[in-house]
Amino acid sequence: MSDRRLRILIAKPGLDGHDRGAKIIARALRDGGFEVIYTGLHQTPEMIVEAALQEDVDAIGLSILSGAHMTLFPAIMDMLAQRGIGDLPLFGGGIIPPEDIAALKERGVLEIFTPGASTEQIIDWARTSLKPRE
Amino acid sequence: MTVRIPTPSDSRDADAAPKRFSTVSDMEIEPLYTPDHQNGWRYEAQLGDPGSYPFTRGAYPSMYRGKLWTMRQFAGFGTPEDTNARFRFLLSQGQTGLSTAFDMPTLMGYDADHPRALGEVGREGVAVSSLADMEILFDQIPLDQVTTSMTVNCSASIILAMYFAMAEKRGIPLAKLGGTIQNDMLKEFIAQKEWISPPEPSVRVIVDMIEFCAAHAPKWHPVSISGYHIREAGSTAVQELAFTLADGIGYVQAAVARGLDVDRFAPRLSFFFNVHNDFLEEVAKFRAARRMWARIMRERFGATQERSWLLRTHAQTAGCSLTAQQPINNVVRVALQALAAVLGGTNSLHTNSMDETLALPTEAAVLTALRTQQIIAEESGVINTADPLGGSYAIEALTDRLEREAFDYIDRIDKMGGIIRAIELGFPQMEIADASYQYQRQLDRGEKIVVGVNGYQSEGDQPLEILRVGNDVEQRQAARVRARKAAREASVVQARIAAVRDAARANQNLMPPIIAAVKDEVTVGEISDVFREVFGVYRDPAWI
Repeated sequence: MSDRRLRILIAKPGLDGHDRGAKIIARALRDGGFEVIYTGLHQTPEMIVEAALQEDVDAIGLSILSGAHMTLFPAIMDMLAQRGIGDLPLFGGGIIPPEDIAALKERGVLEIFTPGASTEQIIDWARTSLKPRE
Repeated sequence: MTVRIPTPSDSRDADAAPKRFSTVSDMEIEPLYTPDHQNGWRYEAQLGDPGSYPFTRGAYPSMYRGKLWTMRQFAGFGTPEDTNARFRFLLSQGQTGLSTAFDMPTLMGYDADHPRALGEVGREGVAVSSLADMEILFDQIPLDQVTTSMTVNCSASIILAMYFAMAEKRGIPLAKLGGTIQNDMLKEFIAQKEWISPPEPSVRVIVDMIEFCAAHAPKWHPVSISGYHIREAGSTAVQELAFTLADGIGYVQAAVARGLDVDRFAPRLSFFFNVHNDFLEEVAKFRAARRMWARIMRERFGATQERSWLLRTHAQTAGCSLTAQQPINNVVRVALQALAAVLGGTNSLHTNSMDETLALPTEAAVLTALRTQQIIAEESGVINTADPLGGSYAIEALTDRLEREAFDYIDRIDKMGGIIRAIELGFPQMEIADASYQYQRQLDRGEKIVVGVNGYQSEGDQPLEILRVGNDVEQRQAARVRARKAAREASVVQARIAAVRDAARANQNLMPPIIAAVKDEVTVGEISDVFREVFGVYRDPAWI
């Protein structure tokens, strides 16, 4: 098994400026031994996919609190597929109702964390579920 | 035989670290406050009567006997028709002022038909792209009788221009319009992060609005200096106080540098604070805020009018304190927070709805939130006397300490060269991110307990019925905006946009050409494009 650190892109798509959660997760993953790249706010799907390719990441975590998750997750997944990295693991967090979580997982989103999730839970999940890409 | 009286520590595990008692902001609290904490303390200097400098005990002599706080629920979703119906419902239920939430595209200066608006139209607030939308939004609302608050910042000049243009069309003089536009860009860079252009030109537009309102709309509050979002981003109570008042200092400095007389505009500056879970800390925070602002305006800026010293504030219960788990408990949190705001002497209040951690609130949830305020006003008895907690050793010690620590921050910001420079350096942003991470770690370690989240969890929570905004809203609104754009006279639109661009470049007051433009249906997106072109686009430095 590779001992290189996993690289995770934490991204804020859309216009929503709520970055408290994204920043906490970015710091927690970094403190948990991951290499973290944070996109900053107001990213289009194109910008996020471009960053994922440039930085050669092992997974993307999206933070969405604007209610636009049912538009933004699929838009990013479509664009990942177009760019030939449709298998890149995608997870997310935010204010997302249970029925939408089910629909997003159905479409291939690995995991969605909602308010109240602890940083330990998220780090544990990342350690067990994400693998370095060849 | 001697009986040993057990002390609290005896009952605990001897090996355990001594338990810390601290506020939600992690300010350590002493077991007992006594007169010793008031060394050298004088009633007249530290408190004064309500309505007297330094206003610690309240803005007005009779406080809530004379006038209750304004009950103002923030509302906005979907199309302008949807939100207009919600406004009329709230007014019919005894609400006394309006407060408008706009959707993300409007807040960021994009029209509903822009590609960047995709998925966001009407989602978190109401979609307003041009004057026609504004007129639907306020249809049958008596603008000369109800005061309106509008939460919008980087596109605030355009939205305010629409409100003024709408009043003119209805024959209501601007001088009769009462209300507030948030228009606080400094806290956007610090916390809420909705922006178009960099800090310097953003503040210039705000000073244009302060200047225009002082001359033409004297009852309008052109800026609501906001700590709410700073706190929601994870700051402590001290940071909320410090950065909010530092932002206020920044606006006053900019307006004075423009040549405006401080006593001419200062009475119309208003404030907006968060009210979080820690009851005593929050009561003290409101009291400290009034005293600090009075001292800043009188001593630092030499304002001579009592009205210039007075901090009047809206408050909103802390959205970030609500939990998705056991959501009915949020009603209790909101009631305690609302009571703290009232005991702190707020002048206006929004109580969050129990479902706001899940979605925009349903009508039923909003009604419970409004009723919470009405129960405090009508049933609790706390309105009978002004500042009922004044003189409590604990409250006064906390008020003094919050003031002292917040002034320490303001001194540091002054030494950096002022708040705009501090923001460019990322100072307030990093202080908040540190505090927010620290708090999350405390939750993860169980040092702080949030009921239902990391303690007292239960299975089988009853899910709440939540409000859903359909995708048809976006399609309808985008089609409507496209149709309106197509129906305009292109040469008129170009001339109006050129006039805004010229004023922006020539450093002339932007409000008159923006008002002229919106009257001809020039849109939020088109005028924001002028800002992008002339002032440049600000990008998130993405500090973590």
